[in-house]
Amino acid sequence: MFPYRRYLRLDKFPHIWCTGCGCGIIMKAMLRAIDRAKIQKDDVAIVSGIGCSSRTPGYLDFNTLHTHHGRAIAFATGVKLAKPKLKVIVVTGDGDATAIGGNHFIHAARRNLDMTVILYNNHIYGMTGGQVSPTTPFGKKATTAPYGSTEPDFDISNLAIAAGASFVARSTCYHATQLDKLIERALSKKGFSLIEVFTQCPTYYGRPNRLGNAVDMLRYYKENSIPIETAKKLSDEEKRGKITIGVLHDIERPEFCEEYQKLLERVKKI
Amino acid sequence: MEKSDKRTVKIMTGNEACAEAAIASGMRFFAGYPITPSSEIAEILSKRLPEVGGVFIQMEDEIASMGAIIGASLSGLKSMTATSGPGFSLMQENIGYASMAEVPVVVVNVMRGGPSTGLPTLPSQADVMQARWGTHGDHPVIAVTPSTVQEIYEWTVKSFNFSEKYRVPVILLLDEIIGHLNEKIVIPDTDEIKIINRPLSTDPPERYIPYKFTEDDIPPIAHYGTGYRFNVTGLSHDETGFPTNDPKKIDALYRRINRKIERYKNEIIFYKTELLDDAEICLVSYGSSARSAKRAMREARASGIKVGLFQIYVLWPFPYEALREISKRIRKFIVPEMNLGQIAHEVECATRTDCIKVNRVDGSPITPQEVLEKIKYVSL
Repeated sequence: MFPYRRYLRLDKFPHIWCTGCGCGIIMKAMLRAIDRAKIQKDDVAIVSGIGCSSRTPGYLDFNTLHTHHGRAIAFATGVKLAKPKLKVIVVTGDGDATAIGGNHFIHAARRNLDMTVILYNNHIYGMTGGQVSPTTPFGKKATTAPYGSTEPDFDISNLAIAAGASFVARSTCYHATQLDKLIERALSKKGFSLIEVFTQCPTYYGRPNRLGNAVDMLRYYKENSIPIETAKKLSDEEKRGKITIGVLHDIERPEFCEEYQKLLERVKKI
Repeated sequence: MEKSDKRTVKIMTGNEACAEAAIASGMRFFAGYPITPSSEIAEILSKRLPEVGGVFIQMEDEIASMGAIIGASLSGLKSMTATSGPGFSLMQENIGYASMAEVPVVVVNVMRGGPSTGLPTLPSQADVMQARWGTHGDHPVIAVTPSTVQEIYEWTVKSFNFSEKYRVPVILLLDEIIGHLNEKIVIPDTDEIKIINRPLSTDPPERYIPYKFTEDDIPPIAHYGTGYRFNVTGLSHDETGFPTNDPKKIDALYRRINRKIERYKNEIIFYKTELLDDAEICLVSYGSSARSAKRAMREARASGIKVGLFQIYVLWPFPYEALREISKRIRKFIVPEMNLGQIAHEVECATRTDCIKVNRVDGSPITPQEVLEKIKYVSL
């Protein structure tokens, strides 16, 4: 078994997540990825905002920073620029990153600042009790959408691609073995990388929408996910309701820290 | 300061003096968002910081700017941002974080008229209470109010020193008048500038307790990426830096972070008095309004009126005790300020008297004449 204990703050357990929550699956995938990437614990900074996902850093034995709702990427920008040698990972959720923190999210992607954002997309505000989020699908119920959401939902991966991210991948909590490989690739990518993970919230998203328990929700991910390679051959109509997983985007772009370093060299010569 | 041949005499604006003093203080990280009348600080630093190997970044908004400087400070760089009214409002959220997590940062607010978009290009002093109570909850903060370009230089250095020494956010309150005013300044030699750096932990990483209760109430700090793997949170936390719901630990935290300012207030509070020995009337003022007050005082003295000046440089913590002591021999206090009497209220609280307010909120400076008229009225 993978030695998770090496990376955990064991005295902080038990964790606060509900039974059946996907947060732990993603956290474990992240640890396997960090281990495989052979990054030292002292050289990793994990920054989070507010929400269920954002409780992750507290359990992990790295440099950890638990910030305000939506602001993780803003704080992480300062951490990274002040100590470029740190591998900065932002752990966030759909509400945290694309509602209250949407501005920071798109601008970090645009700058192509070297950080990996792991976004737990559970389509709901879990921590505050199940309110509608920017990724709650149209028609689905939430405590602030008792008659069903009347808003279209965000495609977060596409948003990041449009904003300028270097590397974007999507996976689900069912695809845990794929997930750690994707995170590992993101960690080795210079620039802004996003891993969007569809994760089950049986308590606040599954229950009001009659999606069954955690196993049922994971089964849904299993049956409705299609690899990007397959998705490319399908029409928009055929892809409707499906979750496209895998590496969606992988390009080379100038990275912010490196560009800033070049600027410093240039100024030195003046 | 000692005399030195290495001093340079220049003419510069207050915003320029602020930027230069920040560099001299060792500030090496600036994140900001353009806003009048503070933008020159960002513009100057975008040129100057790369020259000294520092980091300048223009963020997407003021919330992000404040977040970035906290992140950079936790990673070991002295950090600062600069803004004005509406931007200062946006920064309040993360100013609270800096208070709670005890992160040294300096926030410059070049005050303009408000509320809302208000008067972007015109001066005001209406953010003085926001500087104290802008973010929610009981929190420690220091705010300073220089009144000349020379003083802006000195108080920028002191702002960093306060921030580093006590691990608190420091609000450097300028206003549009002194921010944009061109004035003579004597820039001291770097050897003359007293720099205080944050207390660094000497404990080995395995024994490091980030929010240790120490004798002096100021826990030594460690930086990210230096082998100390600790947690920082905006939640109420215990000594170890992890969230707690234990009432005793919560109470101890809130009392300690606020006590930091209370117990050291005598070394933080700073004011200057002039001609108060025989005065019957006392002007209490700060920032650019104090300049008009001083002129009015001199003119009143010339016509035989016994008036003195109490000029506040550290607005928060407020010099309640000093004003209370003076109030025993003062007949009337007059408080000129470019707002509707925010600090006058504090003066009344300190002196237990009704004071005379001289206020302007039309974007124009308070003139010496206006203050003089009030002095004459009171002296009748």
